[in-house]
Amino acid sequence: MTATPGTPDASPVLLDVRDLHVEFRTRDGAARAVNGVTYSVAEGETLAVLGESGSGKSVTAQAVMGILDVPPGRITGGEIRFQGRDLLTLKEDERRKVRGREMAMIFQDALSSLNPVLSVGEQLGEMFVVHRGMSRKDARNKAVELMDRVRIPAARERVGQYPHQFSGGMRQRIMIAMALALEPALIIADEPTTALDVTVQAQVMDLLADLRRELAMGLILITHDLGVVADVADKIAVMYAGRIVESAPVHDIYKAPAHPYTKGLLESIPRLDQKGQELYAIKGLPPNLLRIPPGCAFHPRCPLARDVCRTDEPPLYDVPDGRGSACHFWQETLHG
Amino acid sequence: MAEPAGRHEAILEVRGLHKHYPLTQGIVLKRQVGAVRAVDGVDLDLAAGETLGIVGESGCGKSTLARLLVHLERPTAGVIRYKGEDITKLSGRALKAVRRNIQMVFQDPYTALNPRMTVGDIIGEPYEIHPEVAPKGDRRQKVQDLLDVVGLNPEYLNRYPHQFSGGQRQRIGIARGLALRPEIIVADEPVSALDVSVQAQVVNLLDRLQDEFALSYVFIAHDLSIVRHISDRVGVMYLGRIVETGKDAEIYDHPTHPYTQALLSAVPVPDPTAREHRERILLTGDVPSPANIPSGCRFRTRCWKARERCAHEVPPLAVPAAFRDDRSPAAHDSACHFAQEKHVVPVEPGPVV
Amino acid sequence: MPEPFYEPDAAVEAVAAAGAGGATDFAVDGGRTPRKTPEGGPQGTGPVGPDPSAASGERARSLWSDAWRDLRGNPVFIVSGLVIAFLVVISVWPSLIASGNPLQCDLARAQQGSQPGHPFGFNGQGCDVYTRTVYGARTSVTVGVCATLGVALLGSVLGGLAGFFGGAWDALLSRVTDVFFGIPVVLGGLVFLSVVTSTTVWPVIGFIVLLGWPQIARIARGSVITVKQNDYVQAARALGASNARMLLRHVTPNAVAPVIVVATIALGTYISLEATLSYLGVGLKPPTVSWGIDLSAASPYVRNAPHMLLWPAGALAVTVLAFIMLGDAVRDALDPKLR
Repeated sequence: MTATPGTPDASPVLLDVRDLHVEFRTRDGAARAVNGVTYSVAEGETLAVLGESGSGKSVTAQAVMGILDVPPGRITGGEIRFQGRDLLTLKEDERRKVRGREMAMIFQDALSSLNPVLSVGEQLGEMFVVHRGMSRKDARNKAVELMDRVRIPAARERVGQYPHQFSGGMRQRIMIAMALALEPALIIADEPTTALDVTVQAQVMDLLADLRRELAMGLILITHDLGVVADVADKIAVMYAGRIVESAPVHDIYKAPAHPYTKGLLESIPRLDQKGQELYAIKGLPPNLLRIPPGCAFHPRCPLARDVCRTDEPPLYDVPDGRGSACHFWQETLHG
Repeated sequence: MAEPAGRHEAILEVRGLHKHYPLTQGIVLKRQVGAVRAVDGVDLDLAAGETLGIVGESGCGKSTLARLLVHLERPTAGVIRYKGEDITKLSGRALKAVRRNIQMVFQDPYTALNPRMTVGDIIGEPYEIHPEVAPKGDRRQKVQDLLDVVGLNPEYLNRYPHQFSGGQRQRIGIARGLALRPEIIVADEPVSALDVSVQAQVVNLLDRLQDEFALSYVFIAHDLSIVRHISDRVGVMYLGRIVETGKDAEIYDHPTHPYTQALLSAVPVPDPTAREHRERILLTGDVPSPANIPSGCRFRTRCWKARERCAHEVPPLAVPAAFRDDRSPAAHDSACHFAQEKHVVPVEPGPVV
Repeated sequence: MPEPFYEPDAAVEAVAAAGAGGATDFAVDGGRTPRKTPEGGPQGTGPVGPDPSAASGERARSLWSDAWRDLRGNPVFIVSGLVIAFLVVISVWPSLIASGNPLQCDLARAQQGSQPGHPFGFNGQGCDVYTRTVYGARTSVTVGVCATLGVALLGSVLGGLAGFFGGAWDALLSRVTDVFFGIPVVLGGLVFLSVVTSTTVWPVIGFIVLLGWPQIARIARGSVITVKQNDYVQAARALGASNARMLLRHVTPNAVAPVIVVATIALGTYISLEATLSYLGVGLKPPTVSWGIDLSAASPYVRNAPHMLLWPAGALAVTVLAFIMLGDAVRDALDPKLR
């Protein structure tokens, strides 16, 4: 395992995940959802974790947050260092203090993440009552302040309304406000805009980017959308079958991908500015996690696959400019 | 409304199509207190062999439009003419005959296939419903041919849907849609539930089938990039109505309706260099409820150009006066009083050539 | 543009995630994936070749056979299934394990306890409790099975049709079921059955069907409404399928599972309802042999001769429990999501 891509500036490292392994027990054996993921996020940095369903991108985030369902899930190896401490060795009650206060998460489905019988103000204020011991009245004022901050119009009038009275985009803003409430050092956003319409999606992503800049938080953005990533990320980690197959600063990866999977993904999306002939299609399907192919997990779908790919699992090779690629033939991919 | 691209005869003509769902109050004595105007006056033409893309955000009525076109819903008003014949009033045998020619591909490959039927039974069912299409003895062979056509192993006949992945199920759904050799396929978000790497496979398949079977597509989606890729002409829908329509290059490179411009500028582009020099039009507010559509121009509540006139006068879907004598690509139908051309899609070289 | 690359899916790998829109990106298939089989495409540029598994005629597993596989491994199902099988056998051939006649009584032996040849002792009329308990199973099983069949048939037909067609019939059915839910069962039984003079099991079965069908009708209606919204029903409609085809081929097979589950559990409660009514003197009447009648007859003597009450009561409890456990096991197998 080689080092994660260097951060462009010298900000201190906030989160450092090393060689993380997660398995899920199923009726048919262990599904290896995460197989040695290593990444880091510095203060004020945005890391985008890109992958398809089953790539392990959300499971990794759940492990970091400590909200993995155990069982069937199980962390079988690795460490998660957050501000210098290994979270996996903490006791559950210490771990709970980290959640919410120091790291917070935003989910895809805002409606099911909000309690339908409590007003938005109560839910936002709750955080301050529980964690800061504020009075109800102060907490309510804080809630209004937060709603203002995430640019919900007429916050003071709407603070008493219930989640169903807000539109999808507004609900996602409320989720963001909730995550921001205790000013955590790290926010993990799991497909925060996938359920939203394009025009609303743009508003929410803009807001997230602005807030991250203002508050100098670390942000992990989990998504399957190459477009969203390009708009906000500083660096990207591409996941496939529970591993990071490529990591790089955002500009480099779009200019010249160093892994055939990334390259295939980039070529397979239709473009807005031109009408293509036939789309490039990565052949085959993502692997079944119960039977991950030996060697390089991507080899059955890879146009470059050779014998060595079927037997030897490629490490994350160092690629110039602080990049990494888990492909035996990264040079060929990068320059070819 | 007259299509400038009228080189082919329209195989499907839609005029003034409305679908209103009544809102009622009271349990025993129901009285109507309003209506959700899901589709509210749609005109469109589909020429033989072409692909018409319909884009819009959730709640704009595009799925209801799809269901109206395949006769899963009856319109409140308006006509749908298939080869000149109004099909909205048909029933019984005549309707069944028309259904053979207009088929649908559904969005969710997980609910579109009956879990209790084998793939062979699913794809063979059209022949049971329309026995005149294929004699009994030929059906098995026909089903296997269809599996082969959509790129699945013909031996998978006896498997059940849950044994396939999403992309493969979508292929099975497409095979079922093809069985009766329809002329028109209405595809409602056919790839939006699929993984990125599988989407391209299905889009390519649809492309290939169009040539092979001389199909006309109505392709409904919220993903503007995919719509551009597959469509010859595009219609942009907002709150139950088409607000701008034209050839793909006219819509994407020369949009004149403010909503289209906002929509296009909001699409995330997979190119980080674009974020510095891209102008984004961020719309304020939310889409109004289709039960309460604004007067005049329905987009005016979110439009930065809205003026007095927009509240009173419904803009017709026609070539705006400013471009009427123009031969430029901006001269296409756009329902805006103040239509103006604006380039919003950044044009850059592809990342890898 | 990249070179055109058409290649069908390389292997059947049911990764069951709902794709890009899925809430979590982790998913494994439910273990129903067939062997990995490289698949040759019709015109692919990739590996083209015959599918090695195709010839082997691998049997695809349906949801029913999956449910059966689940059931076979479930100890609750095995235990309750054995008990029920035993009950059914002795209700068809009670003489297999009881040689006596349940109606042949000797008052001289009234209330006597266990003795050789008569392990359960004698009841107040001097009849052999063992023989009566064995013969009582026939009544209970008959009432339970017939009532359940009647309830399931009537309820699912009415509920299913109302759910499928909707409209005025549906509204009417909903109101009617509301009315039936308001009738107290025991009181209804007292009123309805007290005017009946027949000594057969049919009035009791008829009464249970009359009061029981709305419960199944509701379940069937809800289930049909859920199923009919699925795209595959819409797809059949778009193909021009008739209502009968949609109902029989698409809706019924997918909507029937909850009805089966509820009916199996209800079977146990119908058996205990029969006993309750018989105990109250309005259900079955002598000379029919029934656990409820025996319970009723034994209850005044429970202090002096508890065996007269305990054996039929025990048999009743075990029977009801067995059917309810079976219903639970069936539910787990048919609808794993409910677990």
